[in-house]
Amino acid sequence: MTGLALSHSPLFEAVLQLADDHLILGHRVSEWCGHAPMLEEDLGLANMALDLLGQSRALYAYSAEIEGAGRSEDDLAFLRLERQYQNCLLVERPNGDFAHSILRQLYFAAFMHPFWQGVSANSADDTLRGIAGKAEKEMAYHVRHCGEWVVRLGDGTDESAGRIKAAVEALHHYTDELFQGSAAMAACAKDGVLPEAESLRPAWTATITDVFAQGLLEVPEVAYPQTGGRIGEHTEEMGHILAELQYMQRTYPNLQW
Amino acid sequence: MPSTATTDNLDTARAWAAAAAVPDPEVPCVTVADLGILRDVAIEDGVAVAYVTPTYSGCPAVLAIEMAVEAALLDAGFEARIERVMSPAWTTDWITPEGCEKLRAYGIAPPVRGSSSKMALFGETAINCPRCGSADTQKVSEFGSTACKAHYTCKACAEPFDYFKCI
Ligand SMILES: [Zn+2]
Repeated sequence: MTGLALSHSPLFEAVLQLADDHLILGHRVSEWCGHAPMLEEDLGLANMALDLLGQSRALYAYSAEIEGAGRSEDDLAFLRLERQYQNCLLVERPNGDFAHSILRQLYFAAFMHPFWQGVSANSADDTLRGIAGKAEKEMAYHVRHCGEWVVRLGDGTDESAGRIKAAVEALHHYTDELFQGSAAMAACAKDGVLPEAESLRPAWTATITDVFAQGLLEVPEVAYPQTGGRIGEHTEEMGHILAELQYMQRTYPNLQW
Repeated sequence: MPSTATTDNLDTARAWAAAAAVPDPEVPCVTVADLGILRDVAIEDGVAVAYVTPTYSGCPAVLAIEMAVEAALLDAGFEARIERVMSPAWTTDWITPEGCEKLRAYGIAPPVRGSSSKMALFGETAINCPRCGSADTQKVSEFGSTACKAHYTCKACAEPFDYFKCI
């Protein structure tokens, strides 16, 4: 088989998918800056967004290094087309109200926490182990913080309980995609570089079940999982995110400050 | 005339001292050495190379710290280079005992030792007030004025204070 254009390595693809998850969710959460229901929460959300952006930077920088084609972390973050982003759909869902955003964060962090723990403890890749060493602790904070809020909202007033229930209804069917991973992630799992996505389901389910039980919420069945992000098939919100995210680099290419 | 090896050792010690004295830009009461983020300084082919590790993934001070360390080495007369070390990941356990004491004196409760083991879901640890020492404190916000701090208040002396998060 000669002459066939060599596609990217699974490691590059998988790291890029993780980077996309963190960038898009970080961007979403950063939209709360200055709009949170109270000052402490404004700080909290901005800090969580910062964690996600920091993690995405480390991941983009590493994918650029793996690719070795002269693209920088900024090129990968800002200069690709919508179909080339391979984040899961959950992270691009609109912020909605505070309950939606906090629940989305809990769903994601409850997956990434055991994911990074697995990388940090067992990965054959030094760089990823280093990134994971920080990220697993940061994600533990997100799980705790968002978990506490979900309990407070669920076990709060009729209004707050109604809102968190609506968020569960709107977002739960996007969670299955986390465990499907991708072909690239499966190849990396085989090489002992990343944990197998499906293997994290028990840990995720345990966290969600625990939080929901305390918040008087029911864990719904997912009849029709929403997927497609890992192959670049996004919801209509994705284009709007990129329009804002990429505006400066597209308008003033290579700008710096 | 000293041997090359001795000169190198002297230079290494001098370079370390110059880099180690750089204060953290966000918490200027402690130095990069107190925080344990300056991992090593070595003379490599005549260049002073400082190995620096970021604290938190999203720490906006990383670049400022690297530039300050480089500037300190240049000021001390070295050619200088910064290497960012990602692995092993920094933990608050690397903050020196002197660093913890400086934080406390500055009004920031130092991180509890033992880092991630206590990070269980809903896990709570008693944080002592840096002003009066009381353990009767209350978490106001999981996230504080910078990425590395949480906000607390003391119920004994009513002091609001930052807690350097334990990671
Ligand atoms: Zn006190």
